[in-house]
Amino acid sequence: MSAPVIAAQGLTKTFGDLTAVAGIDFEVPPGESFGLLGPNGAGKSTTMRMVGAVSSRTSGSLTVLGLDPETHGPEIRSQLGVVPQEDNLDTELRVRDNLIVYGRYFGLPRRLCATRADELLTFAQLEDKARAKVDDLSGGMKRRLTIARALINEPRILMLDEPTTGLDPQARHVLWDRLFRLKERGTTLVLTTHYMDEAEQLCDRLVVVDHGRIMAEGSPASLIREYSTREVVELRFGSDHNASAAAQLEGAAQRVEVLPDRVLLYTDDGEGLLERVAHLGLHPTTSLVRRSSLEDVFLRLTGRSLIE
Amino acid sequence: MSIVEKAVNARSGGGGVRALYSGNARIVVARGLLATKSTNWVVVFSGFFEPVFYLLAMGWGLGQFIGDVTLPSGTVVSYAAFIAPGLLAVSAMNGAVYDSTWNVFFKMHFGKLYDSMLSTSMGPLDVALGEILYALLRGGVYAIGFLTVMQVLGLNLSWTAALAIPAVLLVAFGFASLGMAITSYMKTFQQMDWINIVMLPMFLFSATFYPLSVYSEPIQWLIKALPLWHAVELVRSLTTGDLTGAIAIHVAYFAAMIALGLSFTTVRLRALFLD
Repeated sequence: MSAPVIAAQGLTKTFGDLTAVAGIDFEVPPGESFGLLGPNGAGKSTTMRMVGAVSSRTSGSLTVLGLDPETHGPEIRSQLGVVPQEDNLDTELRVRDNLIVYGRYFGLPRRLCATRADELLTFAQLEDKARAKVDDLSGGMKRRLTIARALINEPRILMLDEPTTGLDPQARHVLWDRLFRLKERGTTLVLTTHYMDEAEQLCDRLVVVDHGRIMAEGSPASLIREYSTREVVELRFGSDHNASAAAQLEGAAQRVEVLPDRVLLYTDDGEGLLERVAHLGLHPTTSLVRRSSLEDVFLRLTGRSLIE
Repeated sequence: MSIVEKAVNARSGGGGVRALYSGNARIVVARGLLATKSTNWVVVFSGFFEPVFYLLAMGWGLGQFIGDVTLPSGTVVSYAAFIAPGLLAVSAMNGAVYDSTWNVFFKMHFGKLYDSMLSTSMGPLDVALGEILYALLRGGVYAIGFLTVMQVLGLNLSWTAALAIPAVLLVAFGFASLGMAITSYMKTFQQMDWINIVMLPMFLFSATFYPLSVYSEPIQWLIKALPLWHAVELVRSLTTGDLTGAIAIHVAYFAAMIALGLSFTTVRLRALFLD
């Protein structure tokens, strides 16, 4: 296996009394699509900023493309594409100029930037918006432009912080499609998300992060296998009755979780379990059998749901 | 640059100037020009007229009641020729300060421009130098326009007036450097108003409209400590041809101001965006 493009050992970042990242270890091999999954405030963005060589670490070791961000920030940044959590497009410049000027920040010649800008506008499906003002773009278009901008220097690693947060479902799917194409081309992707479906769609491997620590690591499928069951039965008895119903169901499933609005039963045979529930004389107002997701993994690992 | 070097060594233990500067400041200037071209050139244009109106109202209007002014060296000049170089220095200051304070403040806190610039291979010194040079460019354009007006009105009394252009660029560079450094410490609009509170009295009292000799000695020293006085004296000696050795002191004052402002800005940008 080739040398990892990112390697972190005991990576830690504190802000005064607050420990944002509490000693994490991970490696990302070239060409992998690697995800950091966790709730808001888990330390994902701080980790991304350290890897992106725009934030210094408090302790631990970190190499990006074999270099230490502390001493080789500009060299590392020249080979990264960064899509920050909040779009920071240049609103004083038009769409195409955003790409060209950004490319020139890397010291690339104007003509090369112009050629790449046109290719990237096509890639981002923004050809007819080349002369538009940034403020006139929709949220999804801005996001695609930010991703196109991050690709202008042909980066070896593309870093995406919450790439689809705040987008409507259709815009998310368009974006995922574009990211999937990059992945197919062999671009190393590092992304953070608090959406399980996003992690399942895009990540070869991910770490589940909470309170600045890594709780688990693996592919989406292996994490689900390891920390959850094949299927989940969701039952709603009404908020006052969920707890008492769950007490009766103890032992009926491999694991029972009570959330404020529903009871989750973990099992390998959802339909069979649903029948047994009916035999016990329980009548939920709604019931649903679904496949386990990373949400269930997170709940199992932390006792909390991912999106409050 | 000793402050910068110290900061680098203390924080990163290596990387040197390379971590701060990639030699790409001109792209920041180019970006500024492109942005101005597409959005706010009207604002730029309006800044040119302010000192022209002052010159007409006070130099020509008020000047008819005041008559002539005697310079410290004994040279007698018309009141308009006395205040015109002062207003020239002020226009350079205003252009540079506007761009390096309010514009920088917005880019820093709302546009997130520097976040995106510093996620590329550029360093904080590229950004600082580029923004300051852009601010200086604007001050320089105002100055050339105003100097042309002075020439038309016959207020340039010596060929050395041509040297007022580089002098004014130096002045603008100084104000832009210090302006951006100070702005990097500002967090709210209220704090930004302090800049105006300093600028207005400096404009009125820095021997712009009358000779410094009207003040008592202690106040004279206070005024002489302020940058605008050095700017006014420098430009005035060039446009009136009243050359003295003090020019070297004025130039040195601005060189120091540039070094200080640029160092602080670089250190601050690093602390704000690369920590």
